[in-house]
Amino acid sequence: MLKKNIRWQDIKQRHTDENKEEPSMAMLEVKNIYKSYGTVEILKGVSFTMEQEETKVIIGPSGTGKSTLLRCINQLSPPDKGQVWLDGEEITNPKTNINKMREKIGFVFQDFNLFNHLTALRNVSIGLEKVKKMEKDAAKKRAMQELTRVGLASQANQYPAQLSGGQKQRVGIARALAMDPDVILFDEPTSALDPELIGDVLDVMKSLCGKVAMLVVTHEMGFARNVANEIIFMEGGVIVEQGAPKEMFTNAKMARTREFLGRIGALYGEEETGG
Amino acid sequence: MALEALIESLPSLLDGLIVTLLLTAFGILLGTTLGIVLATGRSYAKRPIAYSILIYEKVLRGIPLLVLLFLIYFGLPQIGINMDAFTAAIIGLGLRSSAYQAQIYRGAINSIPEGQIHAAFSLGMNKLKAIRHVIMPQMLRLSIPGWSNEFTILLKDTSLAFGIGVIELMRQGRYIQVRDPDSVLLVFLLIALIYFALVFTANRTMRYVEKKYQMAGYQTEAHR
Repeated sequence: MLKKNIRWQDIKQRHTDENKEEPSMAMLEVKNIYKSYGTVEILKGVSFTMEQEETKVIIGPSGTGKSTLLRCINQLSPPDKGQVWLDGEEITNPKTNINKMREKIGFVFQDFNLFNHLTALRNVSIGLEKVKKMEKDAAKKRAMQELTRVGLASQANQYPAQLSGGQKQRVGIARALAMDPDVILFDEPTSALDPELIGDVLDVMKSLCGKVAMLVVTHEMGFARNVANEIIFMEGGVIVEQGAPKEMFTNAKMARTREFLGRIGALYGEEETGG
Repeated sequence: MALEALIESLPSLLDGLIVTLLLTAFGILLGTTLGIVLATGRSYAKRPIAYSILIYEKVLRGIPLLVLLFLIYFGLPQIGINMDAFTAAIIGLGLRSSAYQAQIYRGAINSIPEGQIHAAFSLGMNKLKAIRHVIMPQMLRLSIPGWSNEFTILLKDTSLAFGIGVIELMRQGRYIQVRDPDSVLLVFLLIALIYFALVFTANRTMRYVEKKYQMAGYQTEAHR
């Protein structure tokens, strides 16, 4: 924690010193992102910022570009236009070492994408060994800590096919955490799970709140409402409205936001949009 | 009488068998190494390289092995490339096998979900690391059945090296036939049996390997 703060100060310092082209003061800054697949324009100019250890939740109807936005941030599908800055470095700059930047951006996939040929433990330790060049034993020890953190210490030696969906996703989270990222991007982490397994994954995510920055695309309104520092509502490739959960749920400015939240609130039942 | 001839022929058949095994070993080594490189290149390299590999595969899969062996052993000396028949046989067998094996590995690569490499990238692995640590281990496991098949084909096709004068099992049989024409049926039955036993053993071994490296969710056999 202390180390991070110091580094943060350095970056701030550097920016005020040099004052080069629009330096980014936020930890993560997404600037005016455009992305098309073929002739279909998915993202039409999306901008927002994130601070350290902040939790932001992106909500919105399907096909709105929420997942695409996450993939644009870590360059799994590079944006056509716009910039992404992390810790004062422009990820979208072709000169930037993208692999180095990706080490700082955890990614949790909707369909887990655990390495099928590796045990849960090795899934978590492989990045430490092969990317961070940690010693095998140290990497295993660290991986075990992360598995313990997500409550899967006893499943360490099982292969993905032997785990339930909820367990797989928790391994996915442990894998991202082990790399000590600045921010973790969650791409609908509970959408592929049985309702009864969703709770375990959400509990793990809640426990990370305030420890690492999280950008979460989800339809879990309870999570958005109770955990997020800010909710971003996206539709049609743009951000329609963003604000604190309380404000968004009780007092949204845009009619479209109110409509969406009302509909999804009714659908998911347990969290009413009122009070 | 015939039995005597058979017993007499055993030492020379054994010599031939050793040459056959050497041809198989070197041929499969060359074919596998090159095949993996080709398949990886075809799937992940830039377009011109991938396209060149495609042409290589098409050409080598389109030429009969015997023609290829003749080209290498009798044809290449005309442009100043000389080698002994044993080396020529290994190169011919290896190159042909690499083209077929590349297809096996490419099929395996294509069956690995795209999310696997995305996950590798998201950890900060570069392409080479992702291929080596994530794609390769899964690809090899998925390739075992196809590879076993190719191995047995190569083993049997070493007999074509007889055509360029390599003194392997087949050629030794031919020598015996020339010396003692009456024994021809028995001798070639024996040679057939030797090939069969080799293939059978190879298949058994590969099934063992397949089982040993099998893992939950990665069974390559059907459930009945």
